[in-house]
Amino acid sequence: MTETIVVTDRLTKKYGDQIAVDEVSLTVRRGEVYGFLGPNGAGKTTTLRMLLGLVRPTRGTAKVLGARPGHPAAVARTGALVEGPGFFPYLSGRDNLRVMARYQGVSEAAVDAALERVELAGRGRDAFRSYSLGMKQRLGVASALLGDPELLVLDEPTNGLDPAGMADMRRLIVELAQQGQTVLLSSHLLGEVQEICDRVGVIVHGRLIAESTVAELRGASTVLARAEPIDGTLAAAMRVAGDDAVRLQDGGVHLDLDARRVPELARELVTAGVDIHEIRASERSLEDVFFEMTAGERGDGNGKEQP
Amino acid sequence: MTTMEQGPMRTAIEPTGFRALGASVRGELLRLRKWPTVWVLGGVWLALNLTFAYVFNYIAYATGSGNFGTGPATEGLLADLMPDAIPRIYTGGLPMFGGAIMMILGALAAGSGFGWGTWKTVLTQGPGRLVAFAGTLAALGVVVVTILVAQLALDFGASVLIGTVESQTLGWPDVGELAKSVGGGLLISAMWAAAGVLIGVLTRSPALAVGLGLVWSLVVENLLRGVANLISELEYVTNVLPGTAAGSMAGALGATAEGEGDGAPGVLTVLSGASSAALLAAYLVVFAVAAAAAMRRRDLA
Repeated sequence: MTETIVVTDRLTKKYGDQIAVDEVSLTVRRGEVYGFLGPNGAGKTTTLRMLLGLVRPTRGTAKVLGARPGHPAAVARTGALVEGPGFFPYLSGRDNLRVMARYQGVSEAAVDAALERVELAGRGRDAFRSYSLGMKQRLGVASALLGDPELLVLDEPTNGLDPAGMADMRRLIVELAQQGQTVLLSSHLLGEVQEICDRVGVIVHGRLIAESTVAELRGASTVLARAEPIDGTLAAAMRVAGDDAVRLQDGGVHLDLDARRVPELARELVTAGVDIHEIRASERSLEDVFFEMTAGERGDGNGKEQP
Repeated sequence: MTTMEQGPMRTAIEPTGFRALGASVRGELLRLRKWPTVWVLGGVWLALNLTFAYVFNYIAYATGSGNFGTGPATEGLLADLMPDAIPRIYTGGLPMFGGAIMMILGALAAGSGFGWGTWKTVLTQGPGRLVAFAGTLAALGVVVVTILVAQLALDFGASVLIGTVESQTLGWPDVGELAKSVGGGLLISAMWAAAGVLIGVLTRSPALAVGLGLVWSLVVENLLRGVANLISELEYVTNVLPGTAAGSMAGALGATAEGEGDGAPGVLTVLSGASSAALLAAYLVVFAVAAAAAMRRRDLA
């Protein structure tokens, strides 16, 4: 199951002096949901476009399903939704999918199945131009699903969806992965990536600054204790977790401590005679990690290459 | 490794070759057939052709006021409205008016996809870029042929109707002449449509493409030919312009040239039939190949 579906080697795209993607080397394995995470303008979409052969890399190489990006052997086995859905406005949603099904050479029965899958069957005969943003987005995903591709590349698939639509979309992506389809999705929503992705690549200013599993990225669990007075609390916490593993933040004491040692901490705090308001295990969210990682990267210009 | 237990994968078709081309043509034809713009453009051309080639001339004949009030109302006017005149009448409006409409068709068909994002979608379906683009060109070719066949049917209908009303003996056109004329009309139309596609791909904007294309075909070429009357060296250039080739094709097939009183605008007698056919074919190929080359290299946003 460790077969790689997408491999890039120092993939780079420059537009004039502007460097959009800077030596990105990432690996997507068969059957996983890979989250491509980064703020707006970080180079996520440009990277995905290069993987689909829509944009030529300035430097570096990539292999998608064993072929060069854009080669029919790769494209034919990939379903994609990149930077918003692009459809013929005058055609109905269903006819748009029929056009794409013809281009792919798959049967028209697949069209209705795909519409059903994104819950657009009821509006399939309405003109695409009359669709809401969320419906357009869902049609884009339906189009990507046509022909059961091995690899799905979804650029911000929950863009424009309402909360219920977002939840449906996440469930659909998880289902697809369970069926064995590999999903490469980009997102700036950390919660979303944390919820559905097996592995993530974090991209900031065109550079891939981390690539690992969500669990690895979030690292060890921490424990939060709120008790008064603070001095006694800090001292007790340090006795349990060690001097370097305790931080005071927002009026709470954060300990780098295995959650199984919470009872031990509680006993120590009680012994110290402090008033305990709260003790709980708090896993770092991907968001915390993301902001920590990008703290040094942000605010240092807008991705321009240094001369 | 696990095997995927799902429906047929996208490798159902060979991603390259004739099947992929056929798939692309089928896809493109579906969306062109359902595009109101295509029907409007085709309908406008058929209406223009019917009006200027038959309706006005018949009114002029019937009321004895001469062709557009300039020429004498002769039997020659009626002769042009008979079925056996179709080979020389058929291409009269194509160099300028029909050609302009074909160019709009090509420019809109190729240029709109950039703004709509449909090129991006189409090019991630499976067929390679060149194959998918060839599919678009072929599908447009089918549309052009369909419009010209409809024009032929309409011309026959109108001339038979007029002949019957005027109690004329209906003479039928020589099949060879008719085939030459339809072939010439196809070359003119396909050349202008390909020009439209090229401008559409280069500008990536249907509005700009249509505007620039029309300014070129309706204004710039005519101005250049006017200037060439003053600076004779310029004639080497104006004699081989796309519009000159199209106009000369129509002129060689028997349409009355624009210089001759009641001739149709755009019809010329600069080049021979063979030279204009060769030049039209060359332009058609150059435009199509240049558009495909631009399409193949382009980064798609």
